[in-house]
Amino acid sequence: MNAAAEISVLSATLTVTLLICGAAITLIGSLGLLRLRSFYERVHAPTLGTTLGTTCIALASMIYFSALGARPVMHELLIIVFVTVTTPISLMVLVRAAVFRNESENQGTIRRGEKNEHG
Amino acid sequence: MSTVLTWGITGAQVLLGLALACSTLRILWGPRAQDRVLGFDSLYLNAMLLVLTFGIQSGSTLYFEAALMMALLGFVTTVALAKFLLRGEVIE
Repeated sequence: MNAAAEISVLSATLTVTLLICGAAITLIGSLGLLRLRSFYERVHAPTLGTTLGTTCIALASMIYFSALGARPVMHELLIIVFVTVTTPISLMVLVRAAVFRNESENQGTIRRGEKNEHG
Repeated sequence: MSTVLTWGITGAQVLLGLALACSTLRILWGPRAQDRVLGFDSLYLNAMLLVLTFGIQSGSTLYFEAALMMALLGFVTTVALAKFLLRGEVIE
């Protein structure tokens, strides 16, 4: 925190606001991962953190380093684009694996009512 | 203004630490293997965001490259584990 005094009030306020927003959104997504009941509901929750949370925190980092170096820093766009593109791919592959596992065990637990029948 | 920045970054790190704890509990409790893989993916991404906040805290851009590598490795790990759950082996 040695260089923090040099950046302007506007940049510091924007950085802190975006950081807290991104971290809170990520925490909400992880709480959903912990609290929701079936796997097909849980798979939706962490996408909050991966899209909005990552965008907010990377934007905060971009604003902070741009204000610190007095030049535009655009590195973090790489993280935003990469995470936003790859999250749907990995989660679709994971859900296909889950559907395959459930169907191969003759459970077919796509809907919650069906799962309650099996106990 | 420096104190606001210090406390804001610390607060964001505490929130991300709680998110890490939630993901870890899901890995420990997960009733089936796909729940554990999902928790692992979430754990990787939360740790990547925590590394980004460490970079803001220390003012060095080296943390950015570590965060980018963590994003890459998280994607590859999740796809490989899902492929393993789907087919029983990763490379056929």
